[in-house]
Amino acid sequence: MMSEKHTASDTLVSFRGVQKSYDGASLIVKNLDLDIRKGEFLTMLGPSGSGKTTCLMMLAGFETPTHGEIRLGDKLLNHVPPHKRNIGMVFQNYALFPHMTVAENLAYPLTIRKMGKSEITDRVKKALGMVKLDALANRYPGQMSGGQQQRVALARALVFEPQLVLMDEPLGALDKQLREHMQLEIKHIHENLGITVVYVTHDQGEALTMSDRVAVFKDGIIQQIDAANVLYEKPVNSFVANFIGENNTLHGEVVALHDQHCTVRLGNGDTVQAAAVCVGQAGEATSMSIRPERVRLNRHAEACENRLQARLAEFIYFGDHVRLRLDVAGQSGFMVKVPAGELDSSWKVGDKLDIGWMARDIRALDASVYTH
Amino acid sequence: MSQTLTENAPLTAADGELLTVKLAREHRNKQLKAVALVAPLAIFLLLTFLVPIFMLLGRSVDNPEVVTHLPATSQLIASWDRRALPSEEVFQAMARDLTAAKEAKTVPEVAKRLNMDISGFRSLIQKTARKMPLELAAGESMRDRFIQMDERWGDPDHWHVIAKNAKSWTPYYLYSSLDLRETKAGTPELAPEEERAFISIFGRTLWISFWVTVFCLLLGYPLAYWLANLPARKSNLLMILVLLPFWTSVLVRVASWIVLLQREGLINSALMNLGIIGEPLQLAFNRVGVYIAMVHILLPFVILPAYSVMKSIPPTYMRAAISLGDHPFAAFWKIYFPQTVAGVAAGALLVFIMCIGYYITPALLGSPEEQMVSYYVAFYTNVTINWGMAAALGSLLLIATMTLYGLYSKLVGANKLSLG
Repeated sequence: MMSEKHTASDTLVSFRGVQKSYDGASLIVKNLDLDIRKGEFLTMLGPSGSGKTTCLMMLAGFETPTHGEIRLGDKLLNHVPPHKRNIGMVFQNYALFPHMTVAENLAYPLTIRKMGKSEITDRVKKALGMVKLDALANRYPGQMSGGQQQRVALARALVFEPQLVLMDEPLGALDKQLREHMQLEIKHIHENLGITVVYVTHDQGEALTMSDRVAVFKDGIIQQIDAANVLYEKPVNSFVANFIGENNTLHGEVVALHDQHCTVRLGNGDTVQAAAVCVGQAGEATSMSIRPERVRLNRHAEACENRLQARLAEFIYFGDHVRLRLDVAGQSGFMVKVPAGELDSSWKVGDKLDIGWMARDIRALDASVYTH
Repeated sequence: MSQTLTENAPLTAADGELLTVKLAREHRNKQLKAVALVAPLAIFLLLTFLVPIFMLLGRSVDNPEVVTHLPATSQLIASWDRRALPSEEVFQAMARDLTAAKEAKTVPEVAKRLNMDISGFRSLIQKTARKMPLELAAGESMRDRFIQMDERWGDPDHWHVIAKNAKSWTPYYLYSSLDLRETKAGTPELAPEEERAFISIFGRTLWISFWVTVFCLLLGYPLAYWLANLPARKSNLLMILVLLPFWTSVLVRVASWIVLLQREGLINSALMNLGIIGEPLQLAFNRVGVYIAMVHILLPFVILPAYSVMKSIPPTYMRAAISLGDHPFAAFWKIYFPQTVAGVAAGALLVFIMCIGYYITPALLGSPEEQMVSYYVAFYTNVTINWGMAAALGSLLLIATMTLYGLYSKLVGANKLSLG
């Protein structure tokens, strides 16, 4: 799944065959190969226990790989102690030193690097300006809001100009509005400074908004690594399809497979044409994935390659749009988004609707666990 | 709402009463309830803690013997010029007072009190009192008769002592506790060297307490750090081991230390059998034994507050400091340690304060050279029944504790004192 079109000189960090086990019995990271490009915003996304934080900690030097190599530039990092790696890090709980003022917190990494007094002052000032906290230099962290503390933590990780900055769920403790605001701010800082950022989160919305590329982790393996839109539109397996964004799943059996396409028979005997992405051969079970906004209704469905009958089970009101929950081919929980203006007022629960979609929009993937 | 609120009109409750009044009453009732809940403990503390402390402070300057039992003399001697012998009236008053005291059987109390200032005064008073009442021949002066009875009555120093104690309070006990004595002019001066004792006892008390605190810190800090960074299951188990000594009485623990540390004790015989030492080490009944046992007993008081403070410091602080480029040891010193100071200082203060009042361990495991102030408090209370001295020593200990606490809150800030 690695993209090989970039040359080695573009690569800042590379993981080669990295494994990590805490107990010697089970691997929390299984054979990780990953190249992080210079200037890239890479997000490691995954549920808890998927190994993403362990990868970050190995990169920071707080964990050592059980097997494999990690390189920063052309330097092997495996045996470099964390304090000599020159990698900035932002922690989820901010980790600002409570007994130091904001300015002292920012000066801390600079003092260690034995910079002159005036240079330290200049740099601290610049970093505070970057996160728009100039006025709060003499406050203690305890006297600031969570959002302000997060900015200070960000400034502190950047003030010594590391080539790589790691962020471990840095916005996890903030409320939704502030989180969205900070996402943009971090993105802008990344664009302005041209630094490389490795960001860990379990929030897929955050990953899609901010990243150049997202690596989706599950069970210690990268399932897919791609740009946000590719990840959303072209998931390579059921896990990624379900983990990123909203997804409708239809379970069935492959009856015919030709090149890029396949025909799938649903439980009620209906057949569906789908893009064959992750299916083996005819006769295998498959879970097909289609995004709610790709499904067309009634007369919009007439031109579609796949047309099915559905029963309207529920209206869910969202203000700008209404979601219809449908029963399709004996499977419930199929969601369709209808813009508020296009809703037909004559529809009611129990009505039969015609639904349809293009064959290229539905992707036949590995069979996920059938939950209905 | 069907009813619109009139602007600026006072709000009323459903029964028409002013809302502010009603709320104030409600508030007062709640406060009364709170007071009622606290009252039993407050009264208990007042009676068993505060009142005794003030009685102790009072007792350290209390001087009732002479005023009560020699009332006429006390009154007349106030106008004495303190140069020559007191006037004939004072001697006559003395004779009357001693006669009365003899009947009331209070002569020993007066004699004992005066004997503290000049030794031999006890026998003088008792001898004189035995001869009371005196029948004077016509024209005979009481003064001549007294001096004839014992020439010490002609010595102004003895009368000075009576005059000095003819007040209902005295700094005598406090002065004595600090190796001071009152001059004739009433100012304090250092007692002659051979009579000094308490300065060195206080010094020894503070010195032993200081070292016990230092050893407790040196041993307790790393242990607390270890406990705070272990997984919960292991640290809980080890915490029980730390707390285990609390479940045994101090007396039992000290006795066990005697068993371990004495000349033929376990430690000495083990070392001898291993051939590490040829002669038994003197571990008990000296300073070493006192240090070992006191550090052992007081160690949990450093560990517990330090542990609770360390437990509240997330490991990310250290990681952050290291990721910023600091060496782990430097990061520990600059980031971790300052955050533990409040808890550690609280523990150290606790240990020090407990140390300066320690009695049982030095009494059992120390030589006379290790006895601390509280030993002398017990000595004066139980052996010589000199409650004035016991109270004065106790008061000075109390003042030392308060001073330390004040100093600490000035340096660290009492609000930062954290016992967990």
